[in-house]
Amino acid sequence: MHELSIAASIVESVTEAASAYPRARVKEVRLRVGALASVIEDSLQFCWGLATEDSSLAGAALVIKMLPVKLHCAACGADTEVDGVQSFRCPQCGELASDLRQGRELEIESFELEEPDTPTPEPVEEQV
Amino acid sequence: MTTRIVELRRGILKKNDELAAGLRDRFTSAGVLVLNLVSSPGTGKTALLERTLRELGARGAQAAALVGDLETDNDARRLAASGAPVRQINTHGICHLDAEMIGKHLEGWQGVTLAGLNYLFIENVGNLVCPSSYDLGERIRVALLSVTEGEDKPLKYPGLFNSADAAVITKIDIAEPCGFDRELALRNVNEIRPGIRIFETSAKTGAGIEEWLAYLAEQAKVF
Repeated sequence: MHELSIAASIVESVTEAASAYPRARVKEVRLRVGALASVIEDSLQFCWGLATEDSSLAGAALVIKMLPVKLHCAACGADTEVDGVQSFRCPQCGELASDLRQGRELEIESFELEEPDTPTPEPVEEQV
Repeated sequence: MTTRIVELRRGILKKNDELAAGLRDRFTSAGVLVLNLVSSPGTGKTALLERTLRELGARGAQAAALVGDLETDNDARRLAASGAPVRQINTHGICHLDAEMIGKHLEGWQGVTLAGLNYLFIENVGNLVCPSSYDLGERIRVALLSVTEGEDKPLKYPGLFNSADAAVITKIDIAEPCGFDRELALRNVNEIRPGIRIFETSAKTGAGIEEWLAYLAEQAKVF
């Protein structure tokens, strides 16, 4: 439900950062999203289309990399990725683990620009 | 054409996170304990808060509340009967509160200064998904679950329950007719957020309210 606000925040951040390259067009924006970030991929893609429409990012692709939850187990010391978000037990020893090392990310990793090559200066015609 | 990759590594909700960090600093230096109450619509956030404000007032503590809803000031009017200062935040369609709304509603709040408060409660918009992403500068996030909702709520909404610091199971006075499986609910909360403090309350009968108030008092001492 809040994916539109998230899409709008991405547009704002990328537009600002891309303004340093005035001749370039943004082709792709890459995100890192944790499994516990409460973001639905399809819904964010849909809102991305709406949020970029008529903006300088129109047509840019959104690439979402989903990150699984990674737990640190206080009992056995292992850092392990877990499947899904239904249980927070250490896959190594089975103890409940509350120390989350990955899974809440909601960040823009990078974006890709396409810049026209610097045009070769037109030869100046000699005045006759 | 030349292709270039620009590394950004920036939180999408960075603006909210920065505003929330600023609020947290203000709350800490004012010595006010701030709690963010989150649940589905109808779980009983307002009922628990009504009882909490009344009990805290009777014990001479200074407590206030900010109440989020899409529309109406019904909850604020209900809570104001406790005698505590209450301010309504209407989000007009937005499904969560954010740090900017909190900052704005702390300004010009008649008769309320942060330094004069022991507790500030923020009742979020009824929603178990979106509020989990928005830090409001609170020290304690409380996830509420009522006995009418089903014991698997924490499994269905792990993002919110995993981000909570305390959980409250509400309406325990009607647990039996609802066929509520207490053991299963406690186990599910603990699977999603191992070691979390869980309270079982009834705002109506007062069951569990003493334990809840003792927790608040103990947390308010730590600054």
